[in-house]
Amino acid sequence: MTSATHSAARPTRGGQQAFSGKASSVERAQGRIGLAFVSLYTLLLLVFGILPTLYAIFLAFTKKGAFAGFDNFAKVFKDFRFLPAVEHVGLYLLVWLVSLVVLVVVLAIVIHSLGTKWLSTSVRFLYYIPGALAGASSVMLWLFVLDPNVSPVSFLLHGLGFNSFVETVQADRLPFTLAVIAFWTGAGGWIVVMYGALNNINGEVIEAARVDGAGPIRTAWFIQIPLLRKWIAYMVILSFAGGTQLFVEPRVLAQASRGVVPQDYSLNQLAFLYAFKQSDFNGSAAISLVLLVVALALSVFFVFRGGLFERA
Amino acid sequence: MQMVGASPAAWLGKAFAILLLIIFVLFFITPIAWLLLAPAKTERQLLLDGPFALGSFSTLADNWQSLVTFQGGLIWTWIGNSAFYCLSALAITLIVSIPAGYALALTEFPGRRLLLMATLIVMLVPGTALVLPIFLELSAMKLIGNPLSAILPFSFFPFGVYMTYIYFSTAISRDLLDAARIDGASEVQVFARIAMPLATPVIALVAFFNFTGNWNNYFLPYVTLPGRKSPIQVGLAELLSNVPSFNPTSAGSTTISLSALALATLIAVAPVMIVFIFAQRFLVTGMTAGGTKE
Repeated sequence: MTSATHSAARPTRGGQQAFSGKASSVERAQGRIGLAFVSLYTLLLLVFGILPTLYAIFLAFTKKGAFAGFDNFAKVFKDFRFLPAVEHVGLYLLVWLVSLVVLVVVLAIVIHSLGTKWLSTSVRFLYYIPGALAGASSVMLWLFVLDPNVSPVSFLLHGLGFNSFVETVQADRLPFTLAVIAFWTGAGGWIVVMYGALNNINGEVIEAARVDGAGPIRTAWFIQIPLLRKWIAYMVILSFAGGTQLFVEPRVLAQASRGVVPQDYSLNQLAFLYAFKQSDFNGSAAISLVLLVVALALSVFFVFRGGLFERA
Repeated sequence: MQMVGASPAAWLGKAFAILLLIIFVLFFITPIAWLLLAPAKTERQLLLDGPFALGSFSTLADNWQSLVTFQGGLIWTWIGNSAFYCLSALAITLIVSIPAGYALALTEFPGRRLLLMATLIVMLVPGTALVLPIFLELSAMKLIGNPLSAILPFSFFPFGVYMTYIYFSTAISRDLLDAARIDGASEVQVFARIAMPLATPVIALVAFFNFTGNWNNYFLPYVTLPGRKSPIQVGLAELLSNVPSFNPTSAGSTTISLSALALATLIAVAPVMIVFIFAQRFLVTGMTAGGTKE
């Protein structure tokens, strides 16, 4: 009876009465140590997860401390820079996610089909290396790659008709440029994840398909890709949420291109300008909150519907 | 008959697959190869010679000299800052996440499921989404410019807690812990003697992702730690404004050449590159995929 008050789902050792006193004291000790062990983490979660969110909500719905309803949002949405920023980010996401899904899945399946072990390992590692360059260093390197004067692929850039850095980063092709940079940095990691997931597919299923006369393409389409679905969804959701946050790439490109890439290209840059150039923390919080809601909605949807974490 | 027809097709398919892999090897590696060679060339050589022409050690030494003397060795200050912020955060992350993951996996306490759910949700929210809210909060707490404004947010690592949780729930059975308890081990002893000795792989995993992620983090320290307190990623972008090729208008007194900028980029990524090379065997197995499966 004493132990029943604890939620502990496990039946305590065969319900022996003699042990029940001991078991409940063990459970109390466990509860104490459990709480102690998660206390620091919970504190960080509150201070850097929950609290900033609440503070952003407070700022977004107030003005000079007084409740302002949706005024901040209305102001931000009416800002002439807002819709173009949404459009830029949307276009970039479209290009990036489509290429990410298609190429990552195809490359992972091809690498997985390689018979030679060292070859497969080396290719995966070579694809993964650019992941070491994320953030500013990745864009910094791409400044060189995109500048036809010094680029290792200047023949390609000249071939496309770009003769200067400024021409390469013209606004209308920027979503593609940014997608290439993002793909270069992150695709290798996802290829490895997909490869790991392919390894978890039962070999007998593949073998049975082969015996039935399915070639590599039919096997990929009817067996491997359906079994990868969960991981593809995981990749798309994380990448989508991450992509909406676009900041460092256009910021560095703006700095390097003498304003050809605008300072307010992405939504996060706009939020940044509100906070730092206009000292309008309320407007900044409103934009951040919109982005946060998108990310949170995707995350919640995935946790509860994606099935990836059902053990939790 | 079908076999006879399939053979050239299979051969073609294989050739196409190999070609595809090679094209992407070139795509991923070309920029890195260029970066490794560029610091040994003069700016003139970068502009005029072939992209993979070799430079010389004396040029490398010159570029090194001009980079490390830039504003009295500012680059070392930035690297030192990065090391300080990331290693402090790493230590706190391990102290915080390993016990938390253990507790979530192997103990019962009120609020366990709620905390687990919150962890999963926050883990999938990109870090940058919270940067401006965290900045606004830190600014209200008057912590902007204080090293803690990077170290503490860097130490909040729900992904690490989640990895530890998964690891402990698969690697250790509750029965094993119960057996130790029956033998009279206290809860702390159970953790220290049974869980910790088995935790090395997950500690390495958490440390790897935490360190590399924080080293490359740009947005948060960019807003919370300006100027000389910046980590190297922010400093790198700062250097850019002293490169005349990209900013012809900013004819400052000290300038940075393209070659020195390439060298700075290489130095900035070197620590993570080294970690990658040491970790390559586990990186390419897709262990994280296996780890979160089932």
